Amino acid sequence: MIRRAPRTFAEHSPILFPALMLVVFFVIPFSLMIAVSVFRRVPGGFYEPDFVFSNYERFLTTFFGGVMSFSLGLAGLVAAVAVGIAFPFTYRLVRLPRPNQIRWLVFLLSILSLSEVIIGFAWSTLLSRTAGITNLFVALGLMAEPQSLSPSFGALLAGLVYQAFPYTVLVLYPALARFDPYLVEAARTLGASPLRAFFTVVVPALRNTIVATTIMVFVFALGSYLLPQLLGRPQHWTLSVLITDQAIYQSNMPFAAAMAVFLVLVSLALVGLALLAGRREEVA
Amino acid sequence: MTETSQKTRTHGGFSRRALLAGAGTLAATAAIGVAGFPHIARAQAKTLKVGVYGGYFKESFEKHIFPEFSKATGITVEPVAEPTGEAWLVQLEQAARARQAPADVSMMSQVAMLKGMAAELWAPFDLSKIPNASKVLPHLINKYPDGKVSGIGAVSWYITLVTNTKAYPEPPTSWAALWDPANKEKLGLLALVSNSFLLEVTAATFFGGTKHLDTEQGQLDAFKKLSELKNNVKLWYRDEAQFEAALKSGEIPMGQYYHDVTGLAAADGNPVRSTFPKEGGILDSGSWAVTRASKAGDLAHVFVDYMCQPQIQALLSRKVGTAPTIDRKLTDLTDKEFAAVSSDIPPIIPRYDLYQTKSDWLNQKWTEMIVG
Repeated sequence: MIRRAPRTFAEHSPILFPALMLVVFFVIPFSLMIAVSVFRRVPGGFYEPDFVFSNYERFLTTFFGGVMSFSLGLAGLVAAVAVGIAFPFTYRLVRLPRPNQIRWLVFLLSILSLSEVIIGFAWSTLLSRTAGITNLFVALGLMAEPQSLSPSFGALLAGLVYQAFPYTVLVLYPALARFDPYLVEAARTLGASPLRAFFTVVVPALRNTIVATTIMVFVFALGSYLLPQLLGRPQHWTLSVLITDQAIYQSNMPFAAAMAVFLVLVSLALVGLALLAGRREEVA
Repeated sequence: MTETSQKTRTHGGFSRRALLAGAGTLAATAAIGVAGFPHIARAQAKTLKVGVYGGYFKESFEKHIFPEFSKATGITVEPVAEPTGEAWLVQLEQAARARQAPADVSMMSQVAMLKGMAAELWAPFDLSKIPNASKVLPHLINKYPDGKVSGIGAVSWYITLVTNTKAYPEPPTSWAALWDPANKEKLGLLALVSNSFLLEVTAATFFGGTKHLDTEQGQLDAFKKLSELKNNVKLWYRDEAQFEAALKSGEIPMGQYYHDVTGLAAADGNPVRSTFPKEGGILDSGSWAVTRASKAGDLAHVFVDYMCQPQIQALLSRKVGTAPTIDRKLTDLTDKEFAAVSSDIPPIIPRYDLYQTKSDWLNQKWTEMIVG
């Protein structure tokens, strides 16, 4: 293994492939999207190449501002809840015997194979009045009559967290598996309760992992457009739903592209802020 | 034509043929081609990609229509499942810019027809090659401003007021039931202004007809009235399967839905019914249109002519549940059969013109109304 920095072209070559992939699958499509976002919409038709900002102007209203803040808030909440559940879960998971860990991981991976559509339909059935979980509560005498719990904000949140949970665990797993258990034992020896050791030793030591995972889940949830339609009411439709409407149903590519560019920029800015805040704390 | 045959050849026909010829059994090739693999033999000659709405529509066409058409004409149909709404239009247009045709001829909704015409997406039809088109009702022939024909009526269908028979022992009689406070949280309605046609329903029910939508004030009146039913709506659906399942189970016991599919669900024993309200059902229709990128225009003409025949229109009514696009007197449909797919109550005809001239404004107002 070469320890010094790569100098020759041959030594640099391994990064050529990922760089090429990045250009082909990210830089070019994103540039196309930016280009389309300044094209001129032909009402009742498609679009024509041009350089106008009217698509961005249309976006800058309180209506879209409201949808945008809801989308960001929802994604943030999903990230917080998913990491909040997945972190203690993974912490316990890495301490299980190896065969049990594998069983859990296979189970989580199998959830990943479910499509968003199946997850959405499953949750809406589970939360329905006619076939849902409230029938069970009625049978147990906890409720007077079955109720419909979907569509609602709670249903949407549950669906999104369910979908994000396996990713969250899989991202946290390597860092937590490498975490030195003696640190906790040392804290316990010094008299800390298990809970206190968890919050004062484990969480701070893995802060960067937690921040990185939260950002990943945040971005993941921001792109969701199917679950809000299946499990949410219209006021819970995210910006991604409206982008889909414009692109697919209104054939208004320039406006859809402008909204998408805006969404990408705002989420990049938020991610940047989060990283910056993390670095400041480190310095302090 | 040449490109079509080349494409199919590279898909295996050519190599198979070469292999067999190499074995020195040219005669056997012809025999197998005719007897054993009729599709391959024809695929080399004539294949037409036909886009129809995926799911139930496509299944019915594959079962009842396409095989008969192939038998009659020797043209093999390659069915393509197209998404509803304008998604397919966007895909066709993007593909046409790259000179590709995902389907040669597609069934298009009227709004999509108009938008496609604005972009000159549709190759004009030559009516002299489609003698049966003269039977199609005049308002179901789409024309470019210069008079060239861009689309020909394929099927008509109704969107009606549907209910779960367990939740509603008596059928509703008017679209006004959607506004009834007793129906709070009980409705499933289509989520887009351009496929729900609820502005037209509102105008027909409360403002004396769709003519009220001529002016912007009239449109705003309809929006205001529509916002009053928001509390009754449990689901604004884009995905038909989602509402259909909820209607059958009684989770969402009332709403707007397609008359044909509801009839089939009822025939399967589900507790659902479709009612033509006294203001009329919404009469929507699909047209056959050929993308300008298609190289199989001649075959498409044969196909469209075949589909316009009275006996095929009758077959569609019986098997697919759509209303004929030709005068029913030309068909051999009985009164009972016709009543199953249509109604004597004058229909609400959507204001397609508005969705072209004011599409963005209407869409914005609509989204603000249901989301806000």
